[in-house]
Amino acid sequence: MSEQKILNFMGARIPATALSVIMLVVAIGALAMNGLKLGLDFTGGAQVEVSFSEPADIPEIRSILDEQGLNNPVAVLFGSDTEVLIRTQGAMGDGGQVALERRLQNTGSGAALEAVNRAPSDQGNYAQELVFSGASAGVLDSTELFPPRFFGDTRIVETDGAVSVLVENSLDNAYTQELLEVLSAETGSQVELRRSEYVGPQIGAELRDEGGMGMLIALAVVMLYVAARFQFKFSVGAVLALVHDVIIVLGFFALLQIDFDLTVLAAVLAVIGYSLNDTIVVFDRIRENFRKMRKGSTREVINASLTQTLERTFITSLTTLLVLVMLFLFGGELISGFALALIVGVVVGTYSSIYVSANTLMWLHLEKEDLMPPEKEGTEIDEMP
Amino acid sequence: MLNRYPLWKYLLILLVAVLGFVYSAPNLYPPDDAIQISGSSSDLTIDAATLKRAEKALDEAGITHFGSEFSDTAAALRFNNGEDQLQGKKVVQDALGSDYVVALNQAATTPDWLVSMGASPMKLGLDLRGGVHFLLEVDVDSAITKRQQTSADEMKDQLRDERIRYLKFDVENSVIVGYFRSEELRDQAVSALRSEYREMLFDNDFPEQNGHYRFTATLSEASQRQMEQDALTQNLTTLRKRVNELGVSEPIVQSQGRNRIIVQLPGVQDTAEAKRVIGKTANLEFRLEAAPDALSAATEEFDYNGYPASLERKLILTGDHVANANASMDPETNMPQVNITLDSLGGTKMNHATRSNIGRRMAVLFIEYKTRMNVEEDENGEQVQVPEQYVERSVISLATIQGALGVQFRITGLDSPRAASELALMLRSGALAAPMYFVEERTIGPSLGAENIQLGVKSVQWGLALVLLFMLVYYKVFGVFANIALAVNILLLVAVMSLLGATLTLPGIAGIVLTVGMAVDANVLIFARIREELKAGASPQSAISAGYDRAYVTILDANITTLIVAVILYAIGTGPVKGFAVTLSIGILTSMFTAIMGTRALTNLVYGGRKNLKKLWI
Repeated sequence: MSEQKILNFMGARIPATALSVIMLVVAIGALAMNGLKLGLDFTGGAQVEVSFSEPADIPEIRSILDEQGLNNPVAVLFGSDTEVLIRTQGAMGDGGQVALERRLQNTGSGAALEAVNRAPSDQGNYAQELVFSGASAGVLDSTELFPPRFFGDTRIVETDGAVSVLVENSLDNAYTQELLEVLSAETGSQVELRRSEYVGPQIGAELRDEGGMGMLIALAVVMLYVAARFQFKFSVGAVLALVHDVIIVLGFFALLQIDFDLTVLAAVLAVIGYSLNDTIVVFDRIRENFRKMRKGSTREVINASLTQTLERTFITSLTTLLVLVMLFLFGGELISGFALALIVGVVVGTYSSIYVSANTLMWLHLEKEDLMPPEKEGTEIDEMP
Repeated sequence: MLNRYPLWKYLLILLVAVLGFVYSAPNLYPPDDAIQISGSSSDLTIDAATLKRAEKALDEAGITHFGSEFSDTAAALRFNNGEDQLQGKKVVQDALGSDYVVALNQAATTPDWLVSMGASPMKLGLDLRGGVHFLLEVDVDSAITKRQQTSADEMKDQLRDERIRYLKFDVENSVIVGYFRSEELRDQAVSALRSEYREMLFDNDFPEQNGHYRFTATLSEASQRQMEQDALTQNLTTLRKRVNELGVSEPIVQSQGRNRIIVQLPGVQDTAEAKRVIGKTANLEFRLEAAPDALSAATEEFDYNGYPASLERKLILTGDHVANANASMDPETNMPQVNITLDSLGGTKMNHATRSNIGRRMAVLFIEYKTRMNVEEDENGEQVQVPEQYVERSVISLATIQGALGVQFRITGLDSPRAASELALMLRSGALAAPMYFVEERTIGPSLGAENIQLGVKSVQWGLALVLLFMLVYYKVFGVFANIALAVNILLLVAVMSLLGATLTLPGIAGIVLTVGMAVDANVLIFARIREELKAGASPQSAISAGYDRAYVTILDANITTLIVAVILYAIGTGPVKGFAVTLSIGILTSMFTAIMGTRALTNLVYGGRKNLKKLWI
């Protein structure tokens, strides 16, 4: 061991602490000011991914969407310049209602859509029942109002006073088709529906809570495990490092306003696992060296341990980063947020295993006695000359 | 010193590697496009003659097909490509008629010798093969309220039988409240009811109020939970029946958490139809038609084919007691009829209710729970859509009771065979214990699924290639050991996932990629230790031995903590997160085996026996 030059890691502990504090302040600032740009999983709402045959003109698509009566529609490129993700806070059916009402106005009959119900059970072939007021069956029985290519088969039902139309495809589905046609007509390019998603608002809120809860549980369990396997001061160091990493990754996503969805949350939890892995390896060496290097001060022991584990820390981070970068480059848009969160997490996690977790041991004045089991301590004192 | 493994250890490692290869091999064979033919009801099984008819229809239409096969309940036919498959489905469905369900399918092409060893390929998640995902929420509260209403009616019956006079019964927030004129009557009633309703918590410690003495009966926590579970199970069963009607191969219908049900239909693109069939959230009640002189408080009016029908408020039983129902022709009158079989409790209740009411009419009431969206203003003055649930009820059958009914009876007087089969279907599958609502819906197109697989495979290949290259350059001969271990690790990971029947999803692939990156960590730890020992002047043999021994504890600690996080991920996560957690956990476990035992075996084999080993290529 004597041959190896020991690097004075802890010599830079004050500037490193300052760096960590600055990064944390920026991250928390970004989280407080911008907030996380939560994905559909957490906000609820509807989204469709549409692929165009020509490169998509986002501003044009946005202006088309603004006329559609969707609730806060957003359009962004998704992965390539021909893929567009369209998201709304409400349901796709909102646009369908507005489009239908527009067509109704053109008839000049004064008919209005009153309610949208699920079709009665004895009408198994129909999905929804649209109830109208001020309309006659004659006005509603028109393929202009209910184009079969959107609504499928339709049927007019007259019950006392109200007229309702049974439609084979629900407003949500009909409107998704209609939107594709509008987009195709206005942009002059062929369009294809790649996927559609709807998440109810209550689910979004629950997933948010569960995600936060999961992170807290993970931290608590880790703290207990490290306290049991090592010692309390170590578990403070490990958990501080994890909190540090998680806040910085979240801050990164808030700062750049990248979509934060369920897969990114999984990545953040994986960051906890990875960063912990790194920290444990360092801690393991510190514990070993405290028992071996009887004369060394805390600072010397930690410096020696960090130096010895440095090669491993770098190589493992490197191989992990290699695969993550490949995942980011080739894995497609659905997984890119996941890869990015882990890339940031691995870099920060490597740094934090040195300058947060080991550094914390310095701040907490870790002593040799902290690592000696009480009963063994007694026997060792006896053995001393 | 020498580093040697006993022979059995080498053999064990070899055996595990070979098993890993065998059980991951099925994933190499791409599946055929196929159709699956099954009977539309459980008693209609498919036989060789039916399959012949299907094949003949395909031959006539000039569609190439091959590999017809039978399983327990279904038959399958394979096609050369997706286009033939789609056409073939149509042709076969037309030829066989509506008695059979024809579904698109992907048939595995695993060779027989692998199948005979129980090997099968991994299932692909919806994000990799396209399809529809629904999440439904079961409204247990309304089921509990309904149950309490039934109980309140039964309590009234019992008190009447025991001649204990009551004023009225109410059900508020699933609490039954009974009102009496005197304290004695109330306490008598409570002691009489308490022994009958052990699942209820009775409370009669209330002072007099407006000349009324009341008691409350609440369903105990345990029985509420039991009801919740029963409702969920019942709804799961019903949903499975309905999903089978859709004719989807390998559908997933499973519960999630306390009150949710996931439905996944791979390959389905028509969400509208799927939603229609699944979303038929309906229930049934059998009730007596109200006698003409009945008090209006005890009756309710419903719609029956456009005419009002007045029914008793009290119900005989609900649809969950219907065990089976099917349509047939009455051999004497040649009129359509529906034969109904109840469960034994249902039979008793039916008998009790009908034996004294012969000649009166009994109604089947169909109840649907629907959702409509209301626009409301939230606290910011913005308009938001708030879903509102409401109930619609109508009478679907009103038939005269000919005699005391039991477990089996029939409903006659139906307009047409079609009406009979519809009623039978509703009786059979309409029995939801509690209403359900759609809370999530996702559709993934087939092209996106195929693309996701490609992207996933590509990133695994590139990541793996770079890591292998790096390890080789940096650790030389030991890098070769680590690389072999890494390759075996991926085989094992895929083999374990195939054996467990785990579903591969896109986040799952990400988990594999991450495992590739992290699995070498154990080897890096070991090799770094060996280098250290060598630097400190240890002989190559003792450096190998010390390197493995000292790194072992660290590897264990580091992997256990990661495993803890993976398990928590699995426990709290849903869908994509779970898929990732599964691959990550399995990857950690297999990597410990390959990185520690596997590379040690290789090292021992190559270097372990050499007494005068001078230099290690590390």
